[in-house]
Order: sequence, then C-alpha cells, then structure tokens
Amino acid sequence: MKELIIISGKGGTGKTSLMAAFAYLAENKVLCDADVDAADLHLVTAPDIIEKHDFQGGHRAVINKDKCTECGLCIDLCRWEAISETFDVDSIECEGCGVCVYFCPEKAIDFPLNTYGEWYISDTRFGPLVHARLGIAEENSGRLVALVRTEAKKLAEEKGLELILTDGPPGIGCPVIASIGGASAVLIVTEPSVSGEHDMQRVVQLAKHFNVPTFLCVNKFDLNNDLTEEIEKFAKEKGLPCLGHIPFDQTFTKAMVQGQTIFEYDLDSAAGQAIRKIWGSLLEKLAPFG
Amino acid sequence: MIISIASGKGGTGKTTVATNLAMAIGSDVQLLDCDVEEPNSHLFINPVFEKTITVTTPVPEVDKKKCNLCGKCDEICQFKAIIVIANITVMTFPELCHSCGGCEKVCPENAIKETTRELGIIQTGYRNGIEFVHGKLRVGEAMSPPLIVKVRSFAKPDKFTIIDAPPGTSCPVIASMKNTDFILLVTEPTPFGLHDLKLAISAVKILKIPCGLVINRSDVGDNKVKEFAKKESIPVLLEIPFDRNIAEVYSRGDMIVEKLPGFKEKFLTLYDNIKKIVS
Repeated sequence: MKELIIISGKGGTGKTSLMAAFAYLAENKVLCDADVDAADLHLVTAPDIIEKHDFQGGHRAVINKDKCTECGLCIDLCRWEAISETFDVDSIECEGCGVCVYFCPEKAIDFPLNTYGEWYISDTRFGPLVHARLGIAEENSGRLVALVRTEAKKLAEEKGLELILTDGPPGIGCPVIASIGGASAVLIVTEPSVSGEHDMQRVVQLAKHFNVPTFLCVNKFDLNNDLTEEIEKFAKEKGLPCLGHIPFDQTFTKAMVQGQTIFEYDLDSAAGQAIRKIWGSLLEKLAPFG
Repeated sequence: MIISIASGKGGTGKTTVATNLAMAIGSDVQLLDCDVEEPNSHLFINPVFEKTITVTTPVPEVDKKKCNLCGKCDEICQFKAIIVIANITVMTFPELCHSCGGCEKVCPENAIKETTRELGIIQTGYRNGIEFVHGKLRVGEAMSPPLIVKVRSFAKPDKFTIIDAPPGTSCPVIASMKNTDFILLVTEPTPFGLHDLKLAISAVKILKIPCGLVINRSDVGDNKVKEFAKKESIPVLLEIPFDRNIAEVYSRGDMIVEKLPGFKEKFLTLYDNIKKIVS
C-alpha cells in the first residue's frame, strides 16, 4: 500500500485544490484529510458521512471546590499558569499534564478524558474519505492526524485499495510531523513567491529530517518565472524530482465555488492539463513504493 | 495597543496585511511574526537583525545510578516522554516532552534533573521606525506555542504592536491571538475562505476579542463572505481586489504600499478604523 501526503509549508499554495484534482484522476484509493485544524477537502468532495466517532484527545484538570482547601500548591506547580487565584482552571491554558492532579494533597482535582473533536468515515463520488474536525481552540491536533491516517490505512486494507491520498496541513510543526512520519512519499506544492520558496525549503528539510522521499511541484508558476526557475534549480541541487508546474488559472477558484474539482468544471483547462502530466509522473515515481 | 492578524485558512494574505500595515504606519510600531513554523514577514520587511536568542524548553535527564526503576515518573507522564520497563531500564523521549516538570518532582530518589531541548530561535531587529521580532521553530520540533509565547514577551505596551499569526484555529493560533485588543481576520471570498473564516470566528468568540475583516482578492469567488459578515455584524475594514500586479509585487517580496499607488492611504485608513473600534 502506498500513502502520498500533499504538503506545502506555506498555506494557500493550492494543496486542497490539487488534492481534489488527484482524487478525480486516481483509481482505487482512499482519500484522507489530515488538515484537521481547517479541513476543506469535504467542501469539494461532498461526503456522505457513514461513521462518526468522538476524538478523545486527552485530559484536563477540573478542581472540585467542595474538596479544595485552597492550599495553593497546584498554582505553584502549574507551569502554564492555568489555575487562577480563585482556583478555577482555564481550560484553554491547561496542558493536560496532570501534575496538579497527582500532587493535590486533598485529591480535589478531577482529570476527565475530554472529547477534542470528531472523525468520520464517508463515501464520496471519488471513493471513501477519512476526515476529522478538531474542536475550536483545541490541542493534540497531531494525535488526531495520526488517528485519521491509521483509520485510512485500515480502510484501504479492508477494501483492498492500494493508494491513500492525504491532504496535509500547512506549517512544519506538530500536525505536519504527524502527517508525514512513515509515509511512502510527500508531494510539496509550492508557489513562486519569496515566502513560498522560503517555506518550501523548510518543509523540504523537515521531510529530510524524517527520511520521507520528497517530490516537488510549482503552482501558479507564471506569476514569477524567475523564481520558478530558482525553485527548480534548488530542487535539482537537492536531488528532489520536480514533477512539473501549473500555470496560474482562475478555473481553480471557479471550480471551487461550484464545489467541483478542476476537471469536473472544465476538462481542458490549462491548469488541468498540467495536473494530468504531474499525476502521470507521480504514478511512475510511486510505482517502486509500497 | 496590540492586535493580531489571523485567518483560519492559509495563504489569504495575513503577512501582506501585517507587513504593509506596519510599513504604512512607519514609526512607533512593532511587528511580531508569531507564525514560527513558517515565518515570512522578514522577507518583506527586510529588517537589520541585531540579536539572535536561542529558546529552549526543559526536558528530563535521568541519573541511572540513582534510579531504582520505581516507575513513578512513567506513571505521572501524560505524554509517554519517560518510560520505565520494569526491572530493566528507564528511557526518555525528549521530543515528546511537554516540560511539565512532573517526573522531576515525583522522583523519590532525586534521580531526575532537567536539561533542555531547543525549540528554535528568536531574532530581533529594525527597519526604520519598525521594531521587528520573529521566532523560527527548529525544523523537527513539534511544539510551537512556547516559542510563540516567548516572541510575544517582546511586545511593548506603549507601542502599536502587530502580531502576524499562523493559520488554523488550534493551540498556536490561540497563543498568538489571546490577550490582544483586536483581531483582524484576513479572508478570501471563496468556499474554502468562508469555511475557515467561520472556524476562526468561533475561536475569536471563545476569546471574546473584537474583530474586523479584510477581504483579499475581493472580486474573485462569490458574495457569501460579505453576506456572512453582514449577518454576524463583523465590520469589513478593507477590501483588496484581485490584481496580477499585486500578486507579482508580493512574489518578489516587495511591499504594495511602496510599489502601488493608493495603498498607503488605504492601510492608514485601516489603522485609524482599528484604533476607533478599540477605543
């Protein structure tokens, strides 16, 4: 089984639109949305939710005022300053470390397991989709990402599907690390801007750090041809296969407004043709994996 | 006054708004780039950096001579960062550690000391009247909020401070937005933009901070962001229409307030309107 993760470093380079286009082109696959913080793939794939589960991400401290003697030890111990002078726990600040719970001499602090979000298995017109929604202002996005990836793998095994296509989150932190560890390969979608290039270089380093084979493609390449050349040169120097570039094309936005992939909106757009080529190269590159 | 610039969805133009607003104001202004995973503001501001500080977080180190493998540290750790295999050994996984200090405190043999793990660096500098600070998360490091908190500690109450926040709605974004006077949300009028804007506004509501909207590429997509803003009574403070020139200026790392006519005035009006709302 092969698992391809699409990431970008910088947000807004076109990960999800490209992912939706691949969903249209790919056969026998499971789709997975690992951008649990701001998931958007469902806006194009229009999933019918078949299974819905709670995500129990961790614990949070709750002070039982009947037992609390206000000794103040928990306030001293808490490194997140999550406990107020009135002995209330700020649930946004609480890290769920349980130190206050352990040391409270009166055993006055409860530590319930909390629901931090939901995850789903859905049917879409492109095949099954595993996706999730992290609660607003919640933590542990990395754990939820790991969970949706595991569930996508299970589903692929059950259904005998050989490819998992995963839409990753932006950045290089906790959820991205959880997205790429152990994947067959990552495809980095970048854009020719100083920030796109800068962020791509950091995410290339990250993939290298975790030993994940990396491919590159440049979206909106004609917004700055010089930088596109520079990015392609960088890829060559680093030995990263650059699978192609996609022109700036408003068809992406028009398709998105209709809730469609670029191919459903227009079979022959300039961007669509470039994506078909990239998909072809990607299949060749992925053939030895899995 | 301190404001944060956030978005939910990535790539809507947070950094464009943050840097151009700082440039338009020009003096007595601080720009703190809290998107420590992918900081970009410096590429546009081009500050002269004066100082680099390494930021670390405490993690445990076990003195195996003192450790009797009692397992209390394993029991208290919620993050599987310290594990005792009965009668065999104790192992630490510093990358998983959240630095709560529980293992050190619970150890009856005083066998655990705190050492450090590098989170990343903070750089500070200037460009003309703009004081610039950003954090850069170490590649491979998962935990960004403690570094964000550290970047924010450079905020000066007597200045106008602009925070460039990361995308999303989870802990790094909350760390960037909380305890600010105003949140400026940058969105685009597309289904993705609107969906993620709604998530961002839910986060803003939890924090109970006043907010306003910048609609970038305001003439692409559809009308639903404006309808939503009207329904929710969120003021639209600036609209930037799509213009290939803007995209090209941005791609080179140039500032639209310097390269394109009329934008400096627009950003100064935005500044005035934010001040009016906050006071």
